[in-house]
Amino acid sequence: MNDMTPDRETRSANLKGLGCSRKRVEDARFTQGKGNYVDDIKLPGMLHGDFVRSPYAHARVVSINKDAALALPGVVAVLTAEDLAPLNLHWMPTLAGDKQMVLADGKVLFQGQEVAFVVAKDRYVAADAVELVEVEYEELPVIVDPFEALKTDVVLREDLAGQTHGAHGPRKHHNHIFTWEQGDETTTNQVLENADVVAEETMYYHRTHPCPLETCGSVASMDKVNGKLTLWGTFQAPHVVRTVASLLSGIEEHNIRVVSPDIGGGFGNKVGVYPGYVCSIVASIVTGVPVKWVEDRMENLMSTAFARDYWMTGKIAATKEGKITGLHCHVTADHGGFDACADPTKFPAGFMNICTGSYDIPVAYLAVDGVYTNKAPGGVSYRCSFRVTEAVYFIERMIEVLAIELNMDAAELRRINFIKKEQFPYQSALGWEYDSGDYHTAWDKALKAVDYEGLRREQAERVEAFKRGETRTLMGIGLSFFTEIVGAGPVKNCDILGMGMFDSCEIRIHPTGSAIARLGTISQGQGHATTFAQILASEIGLSADSITIEEGDTDTAPYGLGTYGSRSTPVAGAATAMAGRKIRAKAQMIAAYLLEVHDDDVEWDIDRFVVKGAPERFKTMKEIAYAAYNQAIPGIEPGLEAVSYYDPPNMTYPFGAYVCVMDIDVDTGVPEIRRFYALDDCGTRINPMIIEGQIHGGLTEALAVALGQEIAYDDLGNVKTGTLMDFFLPTAWEVPNYETDFTVTPSPHHPIGAKGVGESPHVGGVPCFSNAVQDAFRAFGNRHTNMPHDHWRIWQTANRLGLHD
Amino acid sequence: MIPAAFEYHRPTNMDDVIALLTKHGDDARVMAGGHSLIPMMKLRMAEIPHLIDLQDIGGLQDITIHGQRVTLGAMVTQHELINHAALTEVAPILRETALQIADPQVRYMGTVGGNVANGDPGNDMPGLMQCLDAQINLAGPNGARSVAARDYYEAAYMTAREDDEVLVSVSFDSPKSGYAYEKQKRKIGDYATAAAAVTLTKDGGTVASASIAMTNLSDVPVWSEGAGAALIGTRCDADALKAAVEAMLGDIDPTEDNRGPVAFKRHVAGVILKRAITRAWDRA
Ligand SMILES: Cc1cc2nc3c(=O)[nH]c(=O)nc-3n(C[C@H](O)[C@H](O)[C@H](O)COP(=O)(O)OP(=O)(O)OC[C@H]3O[C@@H](n4cnc5c(N)ncnc54)[C@H](O)[C@@H]3O)c2cc1C
Repeated sequence: MNDMTPDRETRSANLKGLGCSRKRVEDARFTQGKGNYVDDIKLPGMLHGDFVRSPYAHARVVSINKDAALALPGVVAVLTAEDLAPLNLHWMPTLAGDKQMVLADGKVLFQGQEVAFVVAKDRYVAADAVELVEVEYEELPVIVDPFEALKTDVVLREDLAGQTHGAHGPRKHHNHIFTWEQGDETTTNQVLENADVVAEETMYYHRTHPCPLETCGSVASMDKVNGKLTLWGTFQAPHVVRTVASLLSGIEEHNIRVVSPDIGGGFGNKVGVYPGYVCSIVASIVTGVPVKWVEDRMENLMSTAFARDYWMTGKIAATKEGKITGLHCHVTADHGGFDACADPTKFPAGFMNICTGSYDIPVAYLAVDGVYTNKAPGGVSYRCSFRVTEAVYFIERMIEVLAIELNMDAAELRRINFIKKEQFPYQSALGWEYDSGDYHTAWDKALKAVDYEGLRREQAERVEAFKRGETRTLMGIGLSFFTEIVGAGPVKNCDILGMGMFDSCEIRIHPTGSAIARLGTISQGQGHATTFAQILASEIGLSADSITIEEGDTDTAPYGLGTYGSRSTPVAGAATAMAGRKIRAKAQMIAAYLLEVHDDDVEWDIDRFVVKGAPERFKTMKEIAYAAYNQAIPGIEPGLEAVSYYDPPNMTYPFGAYVCVMDIDVDTGVPEIRRFYALDDCGTRINPMIIEGQIHGGLTEALAVALGQEIAYDDLGNVKTGTLMDFFLPTAWEVPNYETDFTVTPSPHHPIGAKGVGESPHVGGVPCFSNAVQDAFRAFGNRHTNMPHDHWRIWQTANRLGLHD
Repeated sequence: MIPAAFEYHRPTNMDDVIALLTKHGDDARVMAGGHSLIPMMKLRMAEIPHLIDLQDIGGLQDITIHGQRVTLGAMVTQHELINHAALTEVAPILRETALQIADPQVRYMGTVGGNVANGDPGNDMPGLMQCLDAQINLAGPNGARSVAARDYYEAAYMTAREDDEVLVSVSFDSPKSGYAYEKQKRKIGDYATAAAAVTLTKDGGTVASASIAMTNLSDVPVWSEGAGAALIGTRCDADALKAAVEAMLGDIDPTEDNRGPVAFKRHVAGVILKRAITRAWDRA
């Protein structure tokens, strides 16, 4: 029976395991329009909800008259805060320890805030009824500037009056939320005072929005007969939603089933809990029939979670030779009307304290002040781990500014300050332990790939030609080296609303040697069904094609904290490997029994256990699976299943080196990206094709943010960028050709050495694009200009530097 | 993004269209490709109780070329402007302009008539039609009439067309010589930050005639007579370009929006116009 055994290489390839560019199993349904999204869910008798939203950014709600709306045929109910108050659901807790109005309770704090929820027989009637709800407002002074917010007498959050302490410590002012401090202020200040050189800069990382193609929505169905609530929704963390729904509604958790069906992109937008979810649940409980709520594009941009909005001031100290000696960072964080940041509970500014970046900085200090303004709440991690994009942008700009101050090449400045390979695990001044890295190798490879010296020569020639009047374009070379911190995270310091940030995997091997694995995460386009099957294939020796991956149904999947912050592979991926190893451990005992040898006398070989020293005697995993269900084995329970809950010992720290070459038309402000090179090190590479896709996507979102994508407000708090005409989503036309490359530095603590990659390109890409724009003007005295670098702002830089006649 | 309720009409001849318009007055609107109108209805910026679809009306889909005279039926799509070889032969500026409108999806639906009739200062066809000195041909209860494109636009969304009139076609003489449509936009699918339509003829090495119109730099398209005049008799050298730009800047009146402040737009308008003139001159 052993004659036909294929060679080891073939057997290994047949598994389609780690390292295989296996095609995405999800794509057949997506490319054929057979996906199943929240809005595809249609239930008998289902009603539709729609919001009356505030046109004002700050106003008192004097009265709400529902009569005309209720009189419209087809309207079933109009809910206001008054209706929700008896259930104590007119406010809800936020992930950041604050609370948020579900429906306007006496006042509104941002344009687009939910004021009333109309429930009607169809979507069109609901929209008509929204227009018929008469709300009388009394306008209040609008505060859109966080610095003004900290000075003004205007009280935004009257509900917090007199509370001098918030969820994260003392509040300094009635519009102040928290101060979060990390590091050693005294020593940092001493270093700054005595330094050879100190570079200082203030930068604004503008407010933007994750803008997934599918907006947020939910369908709630309360079955009054069996007392069960089923909730389908666009949830990046379905299990947490179940727990929160139970705590808020009082329905026992076993009576709530939360399902995340296919999700059309999340990017952090779908982590938090929104009033629409709560209202659809309440409406279903009240009416006894299913209620659907799906926001439109404008509602998504105006009211569901924004990202960034950080004012960052930095001071970086160095020796004359360019060795960095200290870093000081202060952030004024605009959180909008409610603090609804989606961060681990103990981190009100996320992992902003990764802002020492990839550099060996002996001492540092960070302080973040959170502030209320009349803008939408949010503060989510838009394609990044918590506030890591802000941190990396900050340090990568500070490095460039320091290079200018020192009159040094910015690539060289980075090189002499990188944490060295032998310093890992590295303890950063702001409290993190970087697991592994080899920055110098990556940097040298990147610079060589783009012929960095040649580019600098060309740039210098261009500057001369420009000065001679021979050209009107300038050339920018954007550099960035980033270290991400992903895979939240160790339960000892990472939780969300008290739930530790472990994750899970449960595996069942079927008798004929195929399997299903369920995880606590949920894919929103990342391709989990493809990659997690690959992890498992390599662990248990069954082909990835024979493994179904399922996520997102809380009745069937094990509890997990969901997918965001690049945590799926670092945490759930680890759980998958660990559960797979449990399967293998049991399989080993079964194999030994079948082969009539001692457990220790068999060893694992790709897809089978072989008798040591007698490779012709073996049992494949398929054979073992069959035996597990069909043979009475003394001392071993039937079946072949395992579950693992994985609490990671540390975060993982992917890194990368990016270079962008840009030509800028000085007269029109139009940038053209000539080249973009991205080297990523995400540790062990599970599926190179998916990695490449993730990098293309993340870079494209980075391009968007750096070059134009913003949520802008006018002085009255009106959103100026509420549609995709003004909110920049790049198309194939605007996107350059990306060159991708890699090094591999496995994580020493992750079972398969993987680190997570989906967010790296965004984190590293934003400063790279921005640095390219800024670098183009360095020769003419530019130090720093704020993003987004859209045409007019680039033009303005050129104009300010006197480059127009 | 849910429109208010409306009645949908789909007549098969022009008389019925005009009858419906006469009957419902302000409450009725014709729809061509729907790619300006439907977004407005979905945003509830336009509430139109009676929507009259023009797609079954015969005779509006033709591109006819008689000698130098070109007539574009109102329902000719922007996509057809790009793919019509004979039209590109006599008036290549139509193709060059249409290629800079929106994206293929929009161009499959968006029509010449809708673009010209809409009255949105962001539309590219109105400036082009002014540059070409086109006639806009209307049909109404009192019969047919023509209005010069240069007299057609009164203010944003306000045109010389009466509510009960339908735009049937536009016609113009083939621009025989140099041409260019130059547009700066933030991204594919965006309206112009600034755009310039230029045609000119050359005689004995200098400009014999020139016509210049600008898009999205005022609440109406701007045909700048002075800018064209500044080029006559010149070789489009630096001084001529400067004079044309100065004349044009006197005629436009941009406002600040998300595309940028006024100073930026004025600067870019000048740069774009210079580039358009230079390209037209090179082609003449
Ligand atoms: C994403 C996007 C990007 C776009 N970008 C551009 C761009 O860059 N440049 C540009 O020029 N346009 C742009 N457009 C607009 C597009 O070209 C429209 O299709 C065009 O403006 C209107 O043509 P339509 O056939 O769709 O007209 P409709 O939307 O059907 O009608 C527009 C208006 O004209 C009226 N109308 C239509 N036909 C007639 C007629 N025969 N007689 C009288 N009145 C009539 C209608 O009643 C309505 O008021 C864009 C549109 C979209 C959706």
